[in-house]
This record gives sequence, C-alpha cells and structure tokens, in this order.
Amino acid sequence: MVTTTIHDAREQRVWEALAAIPDPEIPAIGLVDLGVIGEVRIGPELVHVELLPTFVGCPAIEVMRHQIEERLTALGVADRVEVDVTFATPWTSERISPAGREQLRRSGFAPPVMTSGPAGLDELAVLPIAECPYCGSRNTTIDNPFGPTLCRAIYHCAACRQPFEQFKRV
Amino acid sequence: MISEPPATLDPTAREALAELILGVADDEFVIGFWDSEWTGIAPMLEEDVATSSIAQDEIGHARALYELLADLTGDDADRIAFGREPDAYRHAALLNHARGDWAFSVARRWLYETADAARLAALATSNWPPLAQLTAKIRREETYHRLHVDAWLRRLADATPDVRERLADALVRLWPDAQQVFAPLQTEEELVRAGFLPEPLRAIHASWQQAVRPVLEPITGTLPPAAPTMDGRTRRTDDFLWLHGQFTMVARSEEGATW
Repeated sequence: MVTTTIHDAREQRVWEALAAIPDPEIPAIGLVDLGVIGEVRIGPELVHVELLPTFVGCPAIEVMRHQIEERLTALGVADRVEVDVTFATPWTSERISPAGREQLRRSGFAPPVMTSGPAGLDELAVLPIAECPYCGSRNTTIDNPFGPTLCRAIYHCAACRQPFEQFKRV
Repeated sequence: MISEPPATLDPTAREALAELILGVADDEFVIGFWDSEWTGIAPMLEEDVATSSIAQDEIGHARALYELLADLTGDDADRIAFGREPDAYRHAALLNHARGDWAFSVARRWLYETADAARLAALATSNWPPLAQLTAKIRREETYHRLHVDAWLRRLADATPDVRERLADALVRLWPDAQQVFAPLQTEEELVRAGFLPEPLRAIHASWQQAVRPVLEPITGTLPPAAPTMDGRTRRTDDFLWLHGQFTMVARSEEGATW
C-alpha cells in the first residue's frame, strides 16, 4: 500500500478531492484507495498529479484524467492542473489500500492476493481459487482468467452458488 | 502522454528508436485486430470473453507505444495507427495471416506470445527510460496472455488426432514467419551501440528458438532450420490488405472526425 505524508491544508484538500473521485469502472472504490495516484506536487500556480494506469490499455484512463482536472480546478488551489499518465512507477496490485480492498469486497469483488511488495514476473499466476467476497468460502473455482474488464477474472463459489470477480494481481 | 521528454536525443537516435518502437507497436496492433475477429464466434463463451479481453490488451499496448512514438517524432498516435497505407506497416510476417481456424489462432498466438516475451525482456532493460518503463509494465500483463495460450496449446496437443494434426500443421506452416518477429532493423547497429536495445535481435532470436523447439517438436516433429530475414517486416499479403480495410474503415469514413 502507498502512504503519503500531508504537509499543509492545501495539500490536504487536494488529496481529499482526489480520494472522492470514484473509479469509473468500479465506482465503489476511489482513485486514492485504488493506488492509481502517484506523486502530487502542489506549487503556487500549478498542481501536478501523476496517474498510474492499472493496465496499459485501460480505457478508463482518459475519464480519470478529466475528472481529476475538473475536480482540482474546481477546488481553486492553483491556476493550473496537470495530469501526467506515467509508467515510471508501475501500478501493481499491492498499491490498493486496506480500505480499498474492503470496498472492493463489499461490492462483490475479491481483492487481489495480498503481498508485501510487487510480485515478481514468475509469481504472477492464474490462481485456481479465490476467496468468495459474499460468503468468505474458499470452495471456489476459476471460470475465466479474463473477465469483463482487463483487470478482472471470473470465479464461481460452490458454497453460496454465486459467480464473482476477482481483481487480478498484476 | 509519457512524462519524460526525449529532448536530448539526436536525430539518428530518434530515427533508430522510432523504427524499433514502430515494429513492436504494429505487431501488437495487428494481432489485436486479428484476435478481435473471434469476438462473438469463439468456440465457447468463456473463450469469447478471454480472446476479446486479450485483443483489447494488445490494442491498448499498441496505443501506448504509438503515443510514445508520436512524442518522439512529433506525429499523432491516431494518424500512425489508422492513417498509413498498407505498405507503411512494419508488423512481422507472422501477422500477415488471417485468423484461420481455432487451432491456427492458438498456434499463431503461442508463437507470437513467446517471441514477444523474449523481446519485451530485452526492451525492459533498454537504457531509454520511457521505453524501458512502458515495456516493463506491458510484460506483467503479457504474462497472463502467455499462461493462457500455453494452456490452450497443451489442451489441443492432448486432444483427438484431428485436433492435434490441425495444431501441428498450423505450427509448421507458421514456423518460418514466426522467426520474423526478430527480423533485422535498418538502424539496429545504432540501437545496440546506444544501448536502446541491450542485445542484437539475432541473439534474442537464438535464445527464443532454443527455448521453443523442445516444446513444439513433440507436437510437430523436427522443425526445419529457420532464421529472420531482411524482408521479415515489409512483406504484405491479401489477408493483411483485407484487415487494413477493416480497421481503417471508420477513420476513413469521416476524416478528421472527433467525438
């Protein structure tokens, strides 16, 4: 997970505004909890925000960019807002905060397997089992490693007979 | 889109990087469009979703690479993707074939994913940060594609004799063209000298071929010697002309349209 030190009231307002922007594809989670906000630099005239795509081809990136520009401009802390999409710091699934994992679970998504750091390439795998976000059972099977969006896989729970999606570890 | 401005590159370096990136981007773009041809008609619903998702990933990778290229050359990513004549595309000959049947698509994807993985491993250590960073991220996503198609290769190889034969025929037919993912580039000497490409493509090719033969030959029998050639990224086929007509259709119908 990503931690940020907040220095002053302006910075606090910027981070609060960013945290309130929902993910366009999974609105239950906000952009800060999802971990897609990288470094934020706040100058007298310019707020500069790094945006880290979960997947390179994520079609929601432009929507996120516009929402960040719109919300931060409305906040009026600086004249200009600049959003930079970057891969210099790659988004990896352990950037999702504990609160974010809980929000995912509550809206029916199994969060990615929790690890202390980014997975090595050889550790990325399609897992046969994921914990059911509805009943907590691990009596589940994978239906499809590729789900309705790039970042999701589809499982089925034998205990509560519910299909569910998992946010992939990447 | 990428934050690091390539301002310090001289024209020779810029030209070399542009040739390198264009080939990778066109490969991803063209295989993405071929695989999207399965949307709605894959052999089972689960695979329909998976193939469509993989195709979307590939086109997304192509988009990011075209944007990197556009930043480098002062061009426009959409223009590069949709505004070129068929002769100006630089995808490998492996991607000149229509999707064929399911065994053919699995065979092609397996050959492409393994070759792409070898190439991405090298590009992720490029000394030009924007390329290294983007390909490092792409590699993580491609890992899932590779695991998926590898499972399909084994599934078809262990199926009935008819299926196994179709798979073997497709692999043998595509084998020479698969080498062309590593076709020499005109600027390769400069790319290696500058460290943009950590090792020559022929070296990456040799280790790829050495790694895939033991997996393929139990299915196909001994595969003939094969090597990349100078025309590996410039050959065109009627199949590709048809695909080009398809993927440029909307862009051509209303030039300069925005939405």
